Amino acid sequence: MDMVNITIDGKQVRVPKTATVLEAAKAVGIKIPSLCYHPELRPEGACRVCVVEVAGARGLVASCVYPVSEGMEVRTTTQQVREARKMVVELLLANHPQDCLSCQRNLNCELQTIASDLGIRKIRFDGEKKQCSIDAENPSLVRDQNKCILCGRCIKVCSDVQGMNVYSFANRGFSTTVVPAFNQGLHQVACTYCGQCATVCPTGAIVEKDDTQAVWEALSDPNKHVVVQTAPAVRVALGETLGMAPGSVVTGKMVAALRKLGFDKVFDTDFTADLTILEEGSELIDRLQNGGKLPMITSCSPGWINFVELVYPDLLEHLSTAKSPQQMFGALVKTYYAEKAGIDPAQIVSVSIMPCTAKKAEAVREEMRSSGYQDVDYVLTTRELGRMIKEAGIEFANLPVEEYDAPLGISTGAGVIFGATGGVMEAALRTVAEILSGKELDSIDFNDVRGMDGVREAKILIGDLTVKVAIVNTLSCARKLLEKIRSGEADYHFVEVMACPGGCLGGGGQPIPTYSETRQQRAKAIYECDYTSTIRKSHQNPAVKELYDTWLGKPLGDKSHHLLHTHYKQQNRK
Amino acid sequence: MCDCCGGNHEKKFVQLEAILKKYQGMKGALIPVLQEAQDAYGYLSKEVIEHIGEHLDIPVSQIYGVVTFYSQFHLNPRGRNIIRVCQGTACHVRGGKAILEAVQKQLNIKAGQTTPDLRFTLETVACIGACGLAPVMMVNDDTHGRLTQELIPEILTKYS
Ligand code: SF4
Ligand code: SF4
Ligand code: SF4
Ligand code: FES
Repeated sequence: MDMVNITIDGKQVRVPKTATVLEAAKAVGIKIPSLCYHPELRPEGACRVCVVEVAGARGLVASCVYPVSEGMEVRTTTQQVREARKMVVELLLANHPQDCLSCQRNLNCELQTIASDLGIRKIRFDGEKKQCSIDAENPSLVRDQNKCILCGRCIKVCSDVQGMNVYSFANRGFSTTVVPAFNQGLHQVACTYCGQCATVCPTGAIVEKDDTQAVWEALSDPNKHVVVQTAPAVRVALGETLGMAPGSVVTGKMVAALRKLGFDKVFDTDFTADLTILEEGSELIDRLQNGGKLPMITSCSPGWINFVELVYPDLLEHLSTAKSPQQMFGALVKTYYAEKAGIDPAQIVSVSIMPCTAKKAEAVREEMRSSGYQDVDYVLTTRELGRMIKEAGIEFANLPVEEYDAPLGISTGAGVIFGATGGVMEAALRTVAEILSGKELDSIDFNDVRGMDGVREAKILIGDLTVKVAIVNTLSCARKLLEKIRSGEADYHFVEVMACPGGCLGGGGQPIPTYSETRQQRAKAIYECDYTSTIRKSHQNPAVKELYDTWLGKPLGDKSHHLLHTHYKQQNRK
Repeated sequence: MCDCCGGNHEKKFVQLEAILKKYQGMKGALIPVLQEAQDAYGYLSKEVIEHIGEHLDIPVSQIYGVVTFYSQFHLNPRGRNIIRVCQGTACHVRGGKAILEAVQKQLNIKAGQTTPDLRFTLETVACIGACGLAPVMMVNDDTHGRLTQELIPEILTKYS
């Protein structure tokens, strides 16, 4: 790599020629304050909080977009620089609604942090406030453009990472906003509700729809039996919302906290992840043996399902008909569990804790009422659960470690890895390989399918069949895959797709911030949960076995078909 | 061919098809295509923009961004007569705001809107360079100066 020598605050450094001043400074441990800059997105250079002095340059330069050059001399903390930064932030605050105290991002807001870091104690200007209406017409996300600082991150994550191009800057000058085409609501355009825009937004301008109030009400209603399921990726991330380091595994404390909040039963989505493997695995075997539509593609990520329904409706048949674990769980709670526990399903309130905002929209789909009721009543994100735990005054770090309730809380290591990209594939391979070959696997770690790359491929020998698989995460990569399938170029048998970067562990409902290191740490924690599980194959889950033996019959049977499978249809938003 | 609006789309978009054909494969075609489409249809409807997006392979959100950035583009039908009420400093000092309010009241629309009968579109401008006549408004190419609220109804009757 070509290198150049530059001086930053008197320190001589050698940095790659392609670096920006901000990256160069970061590499030598000098942190330049920034606001619109996000390490994983193309810099916009919009806010000018990151200004520095460069000898010979005209005026101050925005370090996040300014390239280094040989012999450059940079000063990052002069009086002029500090004053300019303050001015920029003061001007932002002058137009900003001053309602931090009641804002969803209070204490986790980059605008607040920068104002605090820069020591702003007075806003010298009284600017006009924007008067944009709030977009809250969809089940997943709420947009409040009055809190937008025009950083452009949502535009880029949605176009560059997700390939959906929902947002753009519109209008100009003071009226500039960041909106979907024709200033429509997200429910009117081709938005997948993945929530990636909410996780990169530095302020409260895009947030998850908060459903905690409804859940509090159910919890305090003595006539309701409130059960909760927790998705695999929540246990390795929830701790971050409560002051713990990324990658902390907090399964047992989370269970204890949910009991303290008043949930009558604390169950695990991992149980239905195992069940998904049996249904989806059987479907794969059926398609392989009876000439069904291949490649078969996983269907657990509702952001991904929305994507296919919106953009590739001609390829819907490739999707497995298996419902997502959340929805299988919902269907079972108000049937199987209600029967077993002798509770009227009308009294059950079924709550799920998900790393995902699209799950909120999935729960209200009209197909998701196979129990005769809405199968899942409320979906809370990891962030919302974190807030409830705080609101209840629970000292999370001091909680004891508790176990899930039986039977819907019993799961395997295969269920938990659903939370990482490649996990559904690996869990399926563990089961499908043993069923197809009739032999126990020597090693159940399929390292080829792990990792974080957007598209990964592997060939797995099962008996005398070479199964070609692919694992995809992010919707921009999913688009490439579907183009290949459409053109007939792809010869895979089975493909796993997750809408979010890194899979659910990088989901749109996960703690903020989420960077690539954060995702790595959460992934490591998920695989740790798998290694330390006593059972690591879905078909060996005793509670799942019992469910089939005593109630459900066999995978793909009548009852399964009715409760655990679904169909898809084109969505016409564009 | 796109599939965005079923059968009669051919007919509806003949002019647009011709414009798109002219710029086919050219870089930077968006702005000229938008200008010509607006000349052809009077304004840029959602359907027209979606059609352009599909053909040039540009996201509709981005085209919307461009269209709203430049004041020359219009997303809604324009009236036969365009009223521009000056809100520049000189007019402001001499009651430009009251004039705007009077026009709004008379037409029952807000600045930026068009009357349902498409007779008038009402806009504001920063300065039209006739400060000596403040407060001023223009209707099409006619300048009306030294306005008072009372003069508004009569002036407007001259335009049909
Ligand atoms: S977005 Fe940040 S600065 Fe704005 S009101 Fe919310 S917490 Fe306060
Ligand atoms: S939820 Fe996803 S698809 Fe929708 S606007 Fe945000 S990033 Fe784009
Ligand atoms: S909505 Fe949020 S992410 Fe998007 S431009 Fe505004 S502040 Fe930035
Ligand atoms: S952080 Fe560099 S311009 Fe915003």
